[in-house]
Amino acid sequence: MSDLAKTCPQTREQVINMYFLEHRAKLLDVAAFLDRIDRAQPGTASSDFREAALKGAIGVLIDGQSQRAKRVLELFSDATAEMPQSAHGMKGASGAVKTATGGGK
Amino acid sequence: MKYIDPHIHMVSRTTDDYQRMAQSGCIAVTEPAFWAGFDRSSAQGFADYFRQLTEYEPRRAALFGIQHFTWLCINPKEADDPGFAREVISIIPEFLKCDTVLGIGEIGLNKNTKNELIILEEQIALAETHNQLVLVHTPHLEDKRKGTRLIMDALSASNIDAGRILIDHVEEHTVGEVLDRGFWAGMTLYPDTKMTPQRATDVIEMYGSERIWMNSAGDWGCSDPLAVPKARVEMSRRGHTMSLIDKVTLENPMTFLSQSPNFKVNA
Repeated sequence: MSDLAKTCPQTREQVINMYFLEHRAKLLDVAAFLDRIDRAQPGTASSDFREAALKGAIGVLIDGQSQRAKRVLELFSDATAEMPQSAHGMKGASGAVKTATGGGK
Repeated sequence: MKYIDPHIHMVSRTTDDYQRMAQSGCIAVTEPAFWAGFDRSSAQGFADYFRQLTEYEPRRAALFGIQHFTWLCINPKEADDPGFAREVISIIPEFLKCDTVLGIGEIGLNKNTKNELIILEEQIALAETHNQLVLVHTPHLEDKRKGTRLIMDALSASNIDAGRILIDHVEEHTVGEVLDRGFWAGMTLYPDTKMTPQRATDVIEMYGSERIWMNSAGDWGCSDPLAVPKARVEMSRRGHTMSLIDKVTLENPMTFLSQSPNFKVNA
């Protein structure tokens, strides 16, 4: 944290005053999204890798360490080295990693 | 207030957008060749697209006092068939003679496949042969970090100076490596899958203002052609100086793009 300390020109109070309501609303969106999953009709799968990744990322938000955005993106990233020959038949990006190893550094 | 949007796909935008961008202070745009939302069926389809980029779009922009420049390539999403991609690459040199072409772009990777990488390397070679600047697309979402590293390795294996290459769509987990390896970095202000103006401002605060710019990458998807002026407002309300705001939204694009003899803008 030390190398990034005081890089924002605002005081803590100014940051909170300017952004609290905006991010309160975004947090409520996440809460409502998780509630919606709980309320949904049962599907064919008991769990989804994207839901698991999202819940893992929420842990990063409250772990008290810095660079949360970077670490959340790393958690969502493909950490494998394999390269398929072709993209034929592949689906678009899903935003999280389906492999057993998941994302990370 | 003046700014440059150095990555926007105006072929997908209405003329109203040019008007609103001009009213917001936009003096120039640069438009990389990209995926049209569907795969083209022939190399001739790309030739028509390159004519649109080099002939028609500069005239449409000029109606609003905006200078329009472009980049040419076959985009990574349509580069997975090497035979077809090579057919398209063969027609690019003819268009490089046009006086609004700045370089090769946006090349890169989409799904991080071996086929995409082969064509990326061949387009890097094309840029090197013709002494062109390079604008790089990096993959979206979970593929970005891996793809960005693969792309940087391919670029570093060429003889193109890193200072003549801009790697776009960086986020918090890729921007540090891109800058550390000497490349320029672009932050794309895109509502769902890339950066917000708030996060882009955070990155400038954490990583500095050298070799970095912001763009809207406005296209046919959910995007905002006024994203750059909105980021200027975000930086201003956070207390940053006008000189810093101008540096990342006007002067840095001017510095990078002016390495092409075709980029001449009166700011």
